[in-house]
Amino acid sequence: MPNHLLEIRDLHKSYGEVEVLKGVDCTMAQGDVISIIGSSGSGKTTMLRCINMLEEFQGGSISIDGEEIGYETVGGQRRRKKEKEIARQRALTGMAFQQFNLFPHMSAARNVMLGLMKVKKLSKDEARSIAEKWLDRVGLRSRADHFPGQLSGGQQQRVAIARAIAMNPRLMLFDEVTSALDPELVNEVLQVIKSLAQDGMSMLLVTHEMRFAYEVSNRVIFMNQGRIGEEGNPREMFHKPKSERLSEFLKTSSFGER
Amino acid sequence: MGYTLNFAAVWRSFDLLLEGLALSLALAFGAILIGAVIGLFTAFCLISKNGFARRPAGIYVTIIRNTPILVLVLFTYFALPQLGFRLGKIESFIFTLALYSGAYLAEVFRAGLLSIPVGLREAGLAIGLTEMQIRTSIIAPLMFRNVLPSLSSTIISLFKDTSLAAAIAVPELTFEARKINVETFRVIETWIVASCLYVITCSILAALMRALERRLSVPR
Repeated sequence: MPNHLLEIRDLHKSYGEVEVLKGVDCTMAQGDVISIIGSSGSGKTTMLRCINMLEEFQGGSISIDGEEIGYETVGGQRRRKKEKEIARQRALTGMAFQQFNLFPHMSAARNVMLGLMKVKKLSKDEARSIAEKWLDRVGLRSRADHFPGQLSGGQQQRVAIARAIAMNPRLMLFDEVTSALDPELVNEVLQVIKSLAQDGMSMLLVTHEMRFAYEVSNRVIFMNQGRIGEEGNPREMFHKPKSERLSEFLKTSSFGER
Repeated sequence: MGYTLNFAAVWRSFDLLLEGLALSLALAFGAILIGAVIGLFTAFCLISKNGFARRPAGIYVTIIRNTPILVLVLFTYFALPQLGFRLGKIESFIFTLALYSGAYLAEVFRAGLLSIPVGLREAGLAIGLTEMQIRTSIIAPLMFRNVLPSLSSTIISLFKDTSLAAAIAVPELTFEARKINVETFRVIETWIVASCLYVITCSILAALMRALERRLSVPR
Protein backbone atom coordinates (compact mmCIF):
# COMPACT_ATOMS: atom_id res chain seq x y z
CA MET A 1 0.00 0.00 0.00
CA PRO A 2 1.42 3.41 -0.88
CA ASN A 3 1.63 5.82 2.03
CA HIS A 4 0.64 8.87 0.10
CA LEU A 5 -2.36 9.78 -1.97
CA LEU A 6 -0.22 12.25 -3.90
CA GLU A 7 3.53 12.31 -4.14
CA ILE A 8 5.41 14.93 -6.16
CA ARG A 9 9.16 14.51 -6.50
CA ASP A 10 11.56 17.10 -7.90
CA LEU A 11 9.01 18.51 -10.35
CA HIS A 12 10.51 20.67 -13.08
CA LYS A 13 8.51 22.52 -15.69
CA SER A 14 9.65 25.07 -18.26
CA TYR A 15 7.95 27.11 -20.94
CA GLY A 16 10.77 27.36 -23.45
CA GLU A 17 13.65 29.06 -21.66
CA VAL A 18 11.59 30.09 -18.67
CA GLU A 19 11.66 27.59 -15.81
CA VAL A 20 8.39 27.88 -13.91
CA LEU A 21 8.77 24.96 -11.48
CA LYS A 22 12.29 24.46 -10.19
CA GLY A 23 12.12 21.22 -8.27
CA VAL A 24 8.93 20.91 -6.26
CA ASP A 25 8.57 18.14 -3.66
CA CYS A 26 5.27 17.56 -1.96
CA THR A 27 3.26 14.74 -0.44
CA MET A 28 -0.36 14.55 0.51
CA ALA A 29 -2.34 12.00 2.50
CA GLN A 30 -5.90 10.84 1.97
CA GLY A 31 -8.31 13.45 3.38
CA ASP A 32 -5.77 16.28 3.37
CA VAL A 33 -6.96 19.72 2.38
CA ILE A 34 -3.98 21.72 1.19
CA SER A 35 -4.10 25.33 0.07
CA ILE A 36 -1.41 26.60 -2.24
CA ILE A 37 -0.79 30.30 -1.90
CA GLY A 38 1.72 32.65 -3.43
CA SER A 39 2.00 35.64 -5.71
CA SER A 40 1.13 35.54 -9.42
CA GLY A 41 3.69 33.66 -11.49
CA SER A 42 5.00 31.66 -8.54
CA GLY A 43 3.95 28.37 -10.21
CA LYS A 44 0.83 27.46 -8.18
CA THR A 45 -1.52 26.90 -11.09
CA THR A 46 1.18 25.24 -13.20
CA MET A 47 1.79 22.72 -10.44
CA LEU A 48 -1.92 21.92 -10.28
CA ARG A 49 -2.13 21.56 -14.06
CA CYS A 50 0.86 19.20 -14.09
CA ILE A 51 -0.92 16.90 -11.64
CA ASN A 52 -3.68 16.17 -14.14
CA MET A 53 -1.40 16.46 -17.17
CA LEU A 54 -2.95 19.57 -18.61
CA GLU A 55 0.68 20.64 -18.71
CA GLU A 56 3.59 18.43 -19.66
CA PHE A 57 6.60 18.58 -17.37
CA GLN A 58 10.23 17.99 -18.19
CA GLY A 59 11.55 16.47 -14.98
CA GLY A 60 10.54 14.76 -11.77
CA SER A 61 7.53 12.61 -11.10
CA ILE A 62 3.97 12.79 -9.85
CA SER A 63 2.21 9.74 -8.39
CA ILE A 64 -1.32 9.22 -7.22
CA ASP A 65 -1.83 6.19 -4.98
CA GLY A 66 1.63 5.06 -6.07
CA GLU A 67 0.74 5.19 -9.77
CA GLU A 68 3.06 7.43 -11.80
CA ILE A 69 1.14 10.03 -13.75
CA GLY A 70 1.74 10.91 -17.36
CA TYR A 71 5.16 9.39 -17.97
CA GLU A 72 6.87 6.04 -17.88
CA THR A 73 10.46 4.97 -18.17
CA VAL A 74 11.14 2.39 -20.85
CA GLY A 75 14.70 1.20 -21.46
CA GLY A 76 16.06 4.10 -19.46
CA GLN A 77 14.10 6.59 -21.60
CA ARG A 78 11.40 8.75 -20.06
CA ARG A 79 8.39 8.92 -22.35
CA ARG A 80 4.83 10.19 -22.28
CA LYS A 81 2.21 7.54 -21.70
CA LYS A 82 -0.39 6.81 -24.38
CA GLU A 83 -3.27 9.29 -24.63
CA LYS A 84 -5.86 6.73 -23.55
CA GLU A 85 -3.86 5.91 -20.44
CA ILE A 86 -3.39 9.60 -19.64
CA ALA A 87 -7.14 10.15 -20.08
CA ARG A 88 -7.79 7.34 -17.57
CA GLN A 89 -5.28 8.85 -15.14
CA ARG A 90 -6.81 12.30 -15.49
CA ALA A 91 -10.07 10.89 -14.17
CA LEU A 92 -8.26 10.06 -10.91
CA THR A 93 -8.38 13.77 -10.21
CA GLY A 94 -11.23 16.23 -10.62
CA MET A 95 -10.57 19.83 -11.50
CA ALA A 96 -12.52 23.04 -11.11
CA PHE A 97 -11.26 25.99 -13.13
CA GLN A 98 -11.20 29.72 -12.59
CA GLN A 99 -13.45 30.29 -15.63
CA PHE A 100 -15.85 27.39 -14.82
CA ASN A 101 -15.51 26.02 -18.38
CA LEU A 102 -18.99 24.55 -18.50
CA PHE A 103 -20.04 23.21 -21.90
CA PRO A 104 -22.41 26.00 -23.00
CA HIS A 105 -24.56 23.85 -25.29
CA MET A 106 -25.46 21.40 -22.54
CA SER A 107 -27.77 21.79 -19.56
CA ALA A 108 -26.28 21.65 -16.05
CA ALA A 109 -27.33 18.00 -15.77
CA ARG A 110 -25.84 17.11 -19.16
CA ASN A 111 -22.57 18.78 -18.17
CA VAL A 112 -22.36 16.44 -15.20
CA MET A 113 -23.60 13.41 -17.15
CA LEU A 114 -21.14 13.68 -20.05
CA GLY A 115 -18.13 12.24 -18.23
CA LEU A 116 -20.23 9.62 -16.48
CA MET A 117 -21.55 8.33 -19.79
CA LYS A 118 -18.44 8.69 -21.95
CA VAL A 119 -15.72 7.84 -19.43
CA LYS A 120 -17.49 5.70 -16.81
CA LYS A 121 -19.73 4.17 -19.48
CA LEU A 122 -22.85 4.52 -17.33
CA SER A 123 -26.32 4.43 -18.88
CA LYS A 124 -28.17 7.71 -19.39
CA ASP A 125 -30.53 6.95 -16.49
CA GLU A 126 -27.70 6.07 -14.10
CA ALA A 127 -25.77 9.17 -15.13
CA ARG A 128 -28.84 11.36 -14.70
CA SER A 129 -29.47 10.04 -11.22
CA ILE A 130 -25.85 10.67 -10.16
CA ALA A 131 -25.95 14.13 -11.77
CA GLU A 132 -29.10 15.02 -9.86
CA LYS A 133 -27.58 13.75 -6.61
CA TRP A 134 -24.51 15.99 -7.01
CA LEU A 135 -26.44 18.99 -8.28
CA ASP A 136 -28.60 18.61 -5.18
CA ARG A 137 -25.44 18.47 -3.08
CA VAL A 138 -24.29 21.84 -4.47
CA GLY A 139 -27.80 23.27 -4.05
CA LEU A 140 -28.75 23.32 -7.72
CA ARG A 141 -31.15 20.42 -8.15
CA SER A 142 -33.83 22.83 -9.37
CA ARG A 143 -31.44 24.21 -12.02
CA ALA A 144 -30.58 20.81 -13.52
CA ASP A 145 -32.14 21.64 -16.87
CA HIS A 146 -30.85 25.19 -17.08
CA PHE A 147 -28.06 26.02 -19.49
CA PRO A 148 -24.83 27.68 -18.28
CA GLY A 149 -25.86 30.96 -19.91
CA GLN A 150 -28.94 30.99 -17.68
CA LEU A 151 -26.96 30.60 -14.46
CA SER A 152 -25.02 33.10 -12.36
CA GLY A 153 -21.24 32.79 -12.09
CA GLY A 154 -21.51 31.21 -8.65
CA GLN A 155 -24.08 28.71 -9.86
CA GLN A 156 -21.93 27.86 -12.88
CA GLN A 157 -18.95 27.24 -10.64
CA ARG A 158 -21.04 24.97 -8.40
CA VAL A 159 -22.16 22.98 -11.46
CA ALA A 160 -18.51 22.72 -12.51
CA ILE A 161 -17.63 21.38 -9.07
CA ALA A 162 -20.52 18.89 -9.26
CA ARG A 163 -19.29 17.81 -12.71
CA ALA A 164 -15.82 17.09 -11.33
CA ILE A 165 -16.94 15.43 -8.07
CA ALA A 166 -19.52 13.23 -9.80
CA MET A 167 -16.64 11.38 -11.45
CA ASN A 168 -15.65 10.20 -7.97
CA PRO A 169 -12.04 11.40 -8.17
CA ARG A 170 -9.39 10.45 -5.63
CA LEU A 171 -8.33 14.06 -5.37
CA MET A 172 -9.99 17.38 -6.21
CA LEU A 173 -7.98 20.25 -7.68
CA PHE A 174 -9.39 23.76 -7.37
CA ASP A 175 -7.70 26.42 -9.45
CA GLU A 176 -8.61 29.88 -8.13
CA VAL A 177 -12.28 28.98 -8.39
CA THR A 178 -13.53 32.24 -6.93
CA SER A 179 -11.25 34.65 -8.81
CA ALA A 180 -13.69 35.25 -11.67
CA LEU A 181 -16.71 35.71 -9.40
CA ASP A 182 -18.39 38.86 -8.18
CA PRO A 183 -17.68 39.28 -4.45
CA GLU A 184 -21.26 38.48 -3.42
CA LEU A 185 -21.07 35.11 -5.21
CA VAL A 186 -17.78 33.96 -3.69
CA ASN A 187 -19.26 32.69 -0.46
CA GLU A 188 -21.71 30.21 -2.01
CA VAL A 189 -18.83 28.49 -3.81
CA LEU A 190 -16.58 28.48 -0.75
CA GLN A 191 -19.39 26.93 1.32
CA VAL A 192 -19.65 24.06 -1.15
CA ILE A 193 -15.89 23.45 -1.00
CA LYS A 194 -15.93 23.65 2.78
CA SER A 195 -18.69 21.06 3.04
CA LEU A 196 -16.82 18.72 0.68
CA ALA A 197 -13.73 19.11 2.86
CA GLN A 198 -15.77 18.25 5.93
CA ASP A 199 -16.88 15.07 4.14
CA GLY A 200 -13.24 14.00 3.90
CA MET A 201 -12.62 14.80 0.24
CA SER A 202 -8.88 15.21 -0.48
CA MET A 203 -8.28 18.63 -1.98
CA LEU A 204 -5.56 20.79 -3.37
CA LEU A 205 -6.66 24.40 -3.66
CA VAL A 206 -4.89 27.23 -5.39
CA THR A 207 -6.47 30.29 -3.87
CA HIS A 208 -6.15 33.98 -3.16
CA GLU A 209 -8.81 33.73 -0.44
CA MET A 210 -6.42 33.70 2.51
CA ARG A 211 -9.12 33.68 5.16
CA PHE A 212 -10.68 30.65 3.47
CA ALA A 213 -7.31 28.90 3.15
CA TYR A 214 -6.76 29.52 6.83
CA GLU A 215 -10.14 28.07 7.83
CA VAL A 216 -10.48 25.10 5.52
CA SER A 217 -6.96 23.68 5.11
CA ASN A 218 -4.99 21.38 7.36
CA ARG A 219 -1.84 22.44 5.51
CA VAL A 220 -0.73 25.44 3.50
CA ILE A 221 1.99 25.59 0.89
CA PHE A 222 3.55 28.93 -0.01
CA MET A 223 4.99 28.90 -3.50
CA ASN A 224 7.75 31.34 -4.27
CA GLN A 225 9.51 31.65 -7.64
CA GLY A 226 8.85 28.07 -8.72
CA ARG A 227 9.73 26.44 -5.41
CA ILE A 228 7.95 25.66 -2.18
CA GLY A 229 8.97 28.61 -0.06
CA GLU A 230 7.38 27.43 3.13
CA GLU A 231 4.79 24.93 4.26
CA GLY A 232 3.05 23.99 7.45
CA ASN A 233 -0.22 24.20 9.30
CA PRO A 234 -2.29 27.32 8.65
CA ARG A 235 -1.96 28.68 12.18
CA GLU A 236 1.87 28.70 12.06
CA MET A 237 2.01 29.84 8.47
CA PHE A 238 -0.34 32.78 8.83
CA HIS A 239 0.57 33.91 12.35
CA LYS A 240 4.26 33.05 12.55
CA PRO A 241 5.67 33.02 9.04
CA LYS A 242 9.30 31.93 9.05
CA SER A 243 10.41 33.56 5.85
CA GLU A 244 10.55 37.25 5.07
CA ARG A 245 8.94 36.57 1.68
CA LEU A 246 5.85 34.91 3.15
CA SER A 247 5.55 37.62 5.73
CA GLU A 248 5.56 40.26 3.00
CA PHE A 249 3.09 38.29 0.91
CA LEU A 250 0.63 37.94 3.79
CA LYS A 251 0.81 41.66 4.50
CA THR A 252 -0.30 42.46 0.96
CA SER A 253 -2.90 39.68 0.81
CA SER A 254 -6.51 39.74 1.94
CA PHE A 255 -5.45 37.98 5.18
CA GLY A 256 -3.14 40.83 6.07
CA GLU A 257 -5.84 43.39 5.45
CA ARG A 258 -8.17 42.01 8.09
CA MET B 1 -38.51 48.00 -78.66
CA GLY B 2 -41.73 46.24 -79.58
CA TYR B 3 -40.93 43.05 -77.64
CA THR B 4 -44.01 41.44 -76.07
CA LEU B 5 -43.50 39.12 -73.17
CA ASN B 6 -45.04 35.72 -73.73
CA PHE B 7 -44.43 33.03 -71.14
CA ALA B 8 -46.63 30.37 -72.75
CA ALA B 9 -43.75 28.53 -74.44
CA VAL B 10 -41.73 28.55 -71.21
CA TRP B 11 -44.66 27.28 -69.12
CA ARG B 12 -45.05 24.37 -71.55
CA SER B 13 -41.50 23.31 -70.65
CA PHE B 14 -41.77 24.23 -66.99
CA ASP B 15 -41.55 20.60 -65.85
CA LEU B 16 -38.12 20.44 -67.52
CA LEU B 17 -37.00 23.41 -65.44
CA LEU B 18 -38.32 21.75 -62.29
CA GLU B 19 -36.46 18.55 -63.15
CA GLY B 20 -33.35 20.65 -63.68
CA LEU B 21 -33.90 22.36 -60.34
CA ALA B 22 -34.29 18.98 -58.62
CA LEU B 23 -30.98 17.86 -60.11
CA SER B 24 -29.32 21.15 -59.06
CA LEU B 25 -30.46 20.54 -55.50
CA ALA B 26 -29.26 16.94 -55.60
CA LEU B 27 -25.86 18.03 -56.93
CA ALA B 28 -25.54 20.67 -54.23
CA PHE B 29 -26.74 18.34 -51.46
CA GLY B 30 -24.36 15.53 -52.45
CA ALA B 31 -21.39 17.82 -52.91
CA ILE B 32 -21.95 19.79 -49.70
CA LEU B 33 -22.40 16.61 -47.68
CA ILE B 34 -19.09 15.18 -48.91
CA GLY B 35 -17.53 18.65 -48.78
CA ALA B 36 -18.56 19.06 -45.14
CA VAL B 37 -16.70 15.88 -44.19
CA ILE B 38 -13.64 16.99 -46.17
CA GLY B 39 -13.96 20.51 -44.72
CA LEU B 40 -14.21 19.35 -41.11
CA PHE B 41 -11.23 17.02 -41.47
CA THR B 42 -9.23 19.75 -43.23
CA ALA B 43 -10.19 22.33 -40.59
CA PHE B 44 -8.84 20.12 -37.79
CA CYS B 45 -5.65 19.65 -39.86
CA LEU B 46 -5.36 23.42 -40.41
CA ILE B 47 -5.34 24.12 -36.66
CA SER B 48 -3.15 21.13 -35.86
CA LYS B 49 0.28 21.68 -34.33
CA ASN B 50 1.57 18.85 -36.50
CA GLY B 51 3.09 20.26 -39.70
CA PHE B 52 2.50 16.98 -41.58
CA ALA B 53 -1.24 17.51 -41.11
CA ARG B 54 -1.29 21.32 -41.37
CA ARG B 55 0.84 21.90 -44.48
CA PRO B 56 -0.94 19.59 -46.97
CA ALA B 57 -4.29 20.94 -45.73
CA GLY B 58 -3.06 24.50 -46.31
CA ILE B 59 -1.84 23.65 -49.81
CA TYR B 60 -5.19 22.02 -50.69
CA VAL B 61 -7.17 25.04 -49.52
CA THR B 62 -4.86 27.50 -51.28
CA ILE B 63 -4.97 25.66 -54.61
CA ILE B 64 -8.73 25.16 -54.63
CA ARG B 65 -9.59 28.67 -53.45
CA ASN B 66 -7.34 30.26 -56.05
CA THR B 67 -8.63 28.28 -59.01
CA PRO B 68 -11.92 29.26 -60.71
CA ILE B 69 -14.50 26.55 -60.16
CA LEU B 70 -15.25 26.40 -63.90
CA VAL B 71 -11.61 25.51 -64.54
CA LEU B 72 -11.83 22.75 -61.91
CA VAL B 73 -15.04 21.41 -63.47
CA LEU B 74 -13.50 21.30 -66.93
CA PHE B 75 -10.24 19.83 -65.63
CA THR B 76 -12.00 17.01 -63.76
CA TYR B 77 -14.29 16.15 -66.66
CA PHE B 78 -11.92 16.54 -69.60
CA ALA B 79 -8.37 16.24 -68.24
CA LEU B 80 -8.61 13.53 -65.58
CA PRO B 81 -9.84 10.85 -68.04
CA GLN B 82 -6.54 11.38 -69.89
CA LEU B 83 -4.87 10.29 -66.64
CA GLY B 84 -7.08 7.21 -66.40
CA PHE B 85 -9.58 8.68 -63.91
CA ARG B 86 -12.91 8.62 -65.73
CA LEU B 87 -16.21 9.66 -64.16
CA GLY B 88 -19.72 10.28 -65.52
CA LYS B 89 -20.89 13.88 -65.95
CA ILE B 90 -22.88 14.01 -62.73
CA GLU B 91 -20.32 12.14 -60.62
CA SER B 92 -17.55 14.28 -62.05
CA PHE B 93 -19.37 17.49 -61.11
CA ILE B 94 -20.26 16.27 -57.60
CA PHE B 95 -16.63 15.26 -57.09
CA THR B 96 -15.42 18.70 -58.18
CA LEU B 97 -17.97 20.67 -56.18
CA ALA B 98 -17.27 18.49 -53.11
CA LEU B 99 -13.56 19.25 -53.41
CA TYR B 100 -14.32 22.92 -53.94
CA SER B 101 -16.82 23.17 -51.09
CA GLY B 102 -14.43 21.22 -48.84
CA ALA B 103 -11.86 24.01 -49.15
CA TYR B 104 -14.37 26.78 -48.48
CA LEU B 105 -16.07 24.92 -45.64
CA ALA B 106 -12.64 24.16 -44.13
CA GLU B 107 -12.08 27.91 -43.75
CA VAL B 108 -15.55 28.38 -42.28
CA PHE B 109 -15.02 25.51 -39.82
CA ARG B 110 -11.50 26.65 -38.97
CA ALA B 111 -12.80 30.06 -37.93
CA GLY B 112 -15.49 28.30 -35.88
CA LEU B 113 -12.94 26.05 -34.17
CA LEU B 114 -10.71 28.99 -33.29
CA SER B 115 -13.64 30.75 -31.64
CA ILE B 116 -14.07 27.96 -29.07
CA PRO B 117 -12.38 28.77 -25.75
CA VAL B 118 -9.43 26.48 -25.03
CA GLY B 119 -10.79 25.99 -21.51
CA LEU B 120 -13.61 23.79 -22.80
CA ARG B 121 -11.11 21.30 -24.21
CA GLU B 122 -9.26 21.34 -20.91
CA ALA B 123 -12.50 20.79 -19.00
CA GLY B 124 -13.14 17.77 -21.22
CA LEU B 125 -9.64 16.45 -20.65
CA ALA B 126 -10.01 17.00 -16.90
CA ILE B 127 -13.01 14.66 -16.68
CA GLY B 128 -11.10 11.99 -18.58
CA LEU B 129 -12.46 12.41 -22.11
CA THR B 130 -10.18 11.49 -25.00
CA GLU B 131 -9.35 14.04 -27.71
CA MET B 132 -11.77 12.30 -30.08
CA GLN B 133 -14.61 12.37 -27.52
CA ILE B 134 -13.93 16.07 -26.91
CA ARG B 135 -14.09 16.76 -30.64
CA THR B 136 -17.33 14.87 -31.19
CA SER B 137 -19.19 15.85 -28.01
CA ILE B 138 -17.98 19.37 -27.35
CA ILE B 139 -15.93 21.02 -30.08
CA ALA B 140 -17.84 19.96 -33.23
CA PRO B 141 -21.37 20.70 -31.91
CA LEU B 142 -20.29 24.12 -30.61
CA MET B 143 -18.34 24.92 -33.75
CA PHE B 144 -21.34 23.95 -35.90
CA ARG B 145 -23.58 26.35 -33.94
CA ASN B 146 -20.99 29.13 -34.21
CA VAL B 147 -20.60 28.81 -37.97
CA LEU B 148 -24.27 28.45 -38.94
CA PRO B 149 -24.66 32.06 -40.16
CA SER B 150 -21.60 31.89 -42.43
CA LEU B 151 -22.39 28.29 -43.34
CA SER B 152 -25.74 29.48 -44.62
CA SER B 153 -24.23 31.89 -47.15
CA THR B 154 -21.59 29.33 -48.20
CA ILE B 155 -24.29 26.72 -48.85
CA ILE B 156 -26.34 29.17 -50.91
CA SER B 157 -23.27 30.16 -52.85
CA LEU B 158 -22.43 26.50 -53.52
CA PHE B 159 -26.00 25.82 -54.65
CA LYS B 160 -25.70 28.64 -57.20
CA ASP B 161 -22.37 27.17 -58.36
CA THR B 162 -24.25 24.09 -59.58
CA SER B 163 -25.20 26.21 -62.63
CA LEU B 164 -21.63 25.64 -63.83
CA ALA B 165 -22.47 21.98 -64.39
CA ALA B 166 -24.17 23.19 -67.58
CA ALA B 167 -20.65 23.57 -69.00
CA ILE B 168 -20.30 19.79 -69.12
CA ALA B 169 -23.94 19.21 -70.18
CA VAL B 170 -25.31 18.07 -66.83
CA PRO B 171 -29.07 18.62 -67.22
CA GLU B 172 -29.52 20.89 -64.20
CA LEU B 173 -31.56 24.09 -64.10
CA THR B 174 -29.29 26.38 -66.14
CA PHE B 175 -28.70 23.69 -68.78
CA GLU B 176 -32.46 23.11 -69.14
CA ALA B 177 -33.12 26.86 -69.33
CA ARG B 178 -30.54 27.22 -72.09
CA LYS B 179 -32.18 24.35 -73.96
CA ILE B 180 -35.65 25.94 -73.67
CA ASN B 181 -34.17 29.28 -74.74
CA VAL B 182 -32.71 27.74 -77.87
CA GLU B 183 -35.85 25.78 -78.70
CA THR B 184 -38.42 28.55 -78.08
CA PHE B 185 -36.39 31.71 -78.76
CA ARG B 186 -38.13 33.24 -75.69
CA VAL B 187 -34.82 34.52 -74.29
CA ILE B 188 -36.07 37.03 -71.74
CA GLU B 189 -38.95 34.88 -70.45
CA THR B 190 -36.78 31.77 -70.08
CA TRP B 191 -34.08 33.49 -68.08
CA ILE B 192 -36.59 35.43 -65.95
CA VAL B 193 -38.26 32.14 -64.95
CA ALA B 194 -34.92 30.42 -64.33
CA SER B 195 -33.73 33.36 -62.24
CA CYS B 196 -36.96 33.32 -60.22
CA LEU B 197 -36.47 29.61 -59.52
CA TYR B 198 -32.93 30.29 -58.25
CA VAL B 199 -34.09 33.23 -56.10
CA ILE B 200 -37.01 31.29 -54.58
CA THR B 201 -34.85 28.22 -53.87
CA CYS B 202 -32.08 30.29 -52.29
CA SER B 203 -34.63 32.13 -50.15
CA ILE B 204 -36.08 28.83 -48.94
CA LEU B 205 -32.56 27.53 -48.16
CA ALA B 206 -31.79 30.72 -46.21
CA ALA B 207 -35.06 30.41 -44.26
CA LEU B 208 -34.33 26.75 -43.44
CA MET B 209 -30.86 27.65 -42.21
CA ARG B 210 -32.26 30.48 -40.06
CA ALA B 211 -34.80 28.05 -38.58
CA LEU B 212 -31.98 25.59 -37.82
CA GLU B 213 -30.00 28.40 -36.22
CA ARG B 214 -32.94 29.27 -33.96
CA ARG B 215 -33.52 25.64 -33.08
CA LEU B 216 -29.89 25.02 -32.14
CA SER B 217 -29.29 28.32 -30.39
CA VAL B 218 -28.02 27.93 -26.83
CA PRO B 219 -30.52 29.32 -24.28
CA ARG B 220 -29.34 32.44 -22.45
